[in-house]
Amino acid sequence: MDVQLLVGIFPQVLLDGLILGFMYALIALGYTMVYGVLEFINFAHSEIFIIGAFVGVEILLEVKAAGLLDVLPWPLLLLGVLAAGMAASGLLAVAVERVAYRPLRNAPRLIPLISAIGVSFFLQDLIRLVESLWRNAFNLVYPTIDALNVRFELAQTIDVPLKSLVVIGAALAMLGVLWALVNRTRVGTAIRAVAEDQAAASLMGINVNGIISLTFLIGGAMGGAAGVLFGVQYGLINPYTGFVPGLKAFTAAVLGGIGNIPGAMLGGIVLGLLEAFAASYLSLLTGGAFGAEYKDIFAFSVLILILIFRPKGLLGEVVRGRA
Amino acid sequence: MSRYPARLTLAVLAVLALVALPAASRLAAQGKGTIKIATQSPLSGGQAALGEGIKLGAQLAIEKFKGNLEKLGYKVELVPFDDQAKPDVGVANAKNIIADKAILAVIGHLNSGVAIPSSEVYKEVQLAMISPANTNPTVTDRGYANVNRVCGRDDVQGVVGSEFAHGTMKVKSVYIIHDKTQYGQGVAEFFKADAEKKGIKVLGFEGTEEKSNFDPILTPVKAKNPGLIYFGGIYDQGAPFFKQAYEKGIKAKFLGPDGMDSSDLVKIAGKAVVGMYYTSAAGPASALPKAKQFVEDFKKKFGKNPEPYAAEAYDAAVIALRAIEAAAKGGKAPTREDVSAAIRKVKYNGITGEIEFDGKGDRKKALYFVLQVVSDNSEKWGDNKIVKQLTIAPPAMAKK
Repeated sequence: MDVQLLVGIFPQVLLDGLILGFMYALIALGYTMVYGVLEFINFAHSEIFIIGAFVGVEILLEVKAAGLLDVLPWPLLLLGVLAAGMAASGLLAVAVERVAYRPLRNAPRLIPLISAIGVSFFLQDLIRLVESLWRNAFNLVYPTIDALNVRFELAQTIDVPLKSLVVIGAALAMLGVLWALVNRTRVGTAIRAVAEDQAAASLMGINVNGIISLTFLIGGAMGGAAGVLFGVQYGLINPYTGFVPGLKAFTAAVLGGIGNIPGAMLGGIVLGLLEAFAASYLSLLTGGAFGAEYKDIFAFSVLILILIFRPKGLLGEVVRGRA
Repeated sequence: MSRYPARLTLAVLAVLALVALPAASRLAAQGKGTIKIATQSPLSGGQAALGEGIKLGAQLAIEKFKGNLEKLGYKVELVPFDDQAKPDVGVANAKNIIADKAILAVIGHLNSGVAIPSSEVYKEVQLAMISPANTNPTVTDRGYANVNRVCGRDDVQGVVGSEFAHGTMKVKSVYIIHDKTQYGQGVAEFFKADAEKKGIKVLGFEGTEEKSNFDPILTPVKAKNPGLIYFGGIYDQGAPFFKQAYEKGIKAKFLGPDGMDSSDLVKIAGKAVVGMYYTSAAGPASALPKAKQFVEDFKKKFGKNPEPYAAEAYDAAVIALRAIEAAAKGGKAPTREDVSAAIRKVKYNGITGEIEFDGKGDRKKALYFVLQVVSDNSEKWGDNKIVKQLTIAPPAMAKK
């Protein structure tokens, strides 16, 4: 076994894992916040995430068609695209809640779950329909912004593209803002109050429906931001791309303790790291017997182990006291 | 009470429609009958570009050559099926196809992993399948009387690739990635076996179903610094893979099998794949004799360039039509067995060259190419440079 190689690629794998982890963390927030207030899993969130990526790619393609891609400064462009993606995904999430979940608020808990799965399929095929009519394409490619592809080659095995740093930076900023919003503002207090006890919160004069919509808006916007960053980082999206990252992010939310916001962030990063290390190291460590294709098996085995010993997730599920 | 008659009328109409429609079609069929040729290829999803080409190629051939059968009193129709590049969908479609007695031949599929299980279904009724694109050896090595292909084989294609890597590219080491499908892993294994024989060092052999994030796979590749990366798979996965490899600063040369042969490869990967090589068992239209007319007709009718395998699908459909004509000779209704048997007797000089099938359905002489991507403009995919062109007979049939 080539120990030098194993050590040599370590920083690169760590970086790959962190990028993936932050992506999962951003998506996982949507699952966990909705679970916090409504105690149900919004399975349509994976499509809300990928809508952000589609809005982003459409804008960038239009900018490129107008010949402005390399003219506009990239931080401005990226900020604009992020804002548009967040707005689209956030509003879509609010609309989905209004149409597909609110009428079922008092139904047994499995009913909105089924509704969510239905919305997920509906959105997938809606994107496919719109894109095939609009662009006659299934796979869409993020236009390459050359300025973002500048690489810092620190060593033969370590190589940091500017793009990855931007993705990590954007994700960190987003998580920070959310953290401050939930913990340091009146709105955040209201969200936490609704999560704790809806009836009591409404007695305190909080507009519960408004707060629930707001939760969907914030969760959706985080998903949309993740979508844009996903597109910028990996480059290729299609209407079904959202499904697998969505599922992984849901797993990350459970891993961190569902309903728990810092838990979702931690869970996402842990899952991203597990996956990256498994994919890069499994075949090196086992001499090719287990290849990169076993990364999910490895990551999920670890997950099961963690959940056996900490059934409420790493940071614990948010416990609600219902009178 | 007042709504009652309206409902009654509706119900009566519905029943009438149910009874009358099939009856009417049977009536029309009594002229002599309808003959249908089915296509099965992915018409939706990431590989739709190639799948659509197969359908359109067959459509063009049928419209052009159905006259002979129509003179005999038959109506000729094309029925396209979408297999979504998924084995389960292909098999479900195949069951629908064999249930429709008017279907006498299938042109398809794109993916060997779909063609192999689906052809098991066709075999139940000896329904002929002519494949324009399935290169996995198993497709014909099962020795079924109804299965044929107009393209080459992966056990040859893999070797063509490794020979090119060794002889022309002169690489010393290779890292092999495949997509874990019967096709991609198959051709990657043939490539690997022969590359090892020729003394090329295989630094890694990895399978992945990943479609977007190749970072963790590329990290060890970059560290091992191979001279060549071979991707056994299809462009919708290969293109983002090569793009990310390029963006990671990997300096290895790229090589792939015929799954890379679609203009979508450069649409997705852009300049990352300019200069890369791919082997093909279906040459670009420009390399084929008599292809000029085909390209013009295709463009005129569908308003776009034919994708790879459209010409093969065209030839496959012509062969199917000829076989049906032969089976219909003497005025009897052609059966599926007759058509399958007749296909093996067809000798046809098509746009992809002289086609004649051997005892297991392989082409007696198949064409193989090595091509180089010349431009990141997808419109110019047809101009890709032919670096090498070979005509190779299939390996001798293993005695059973």
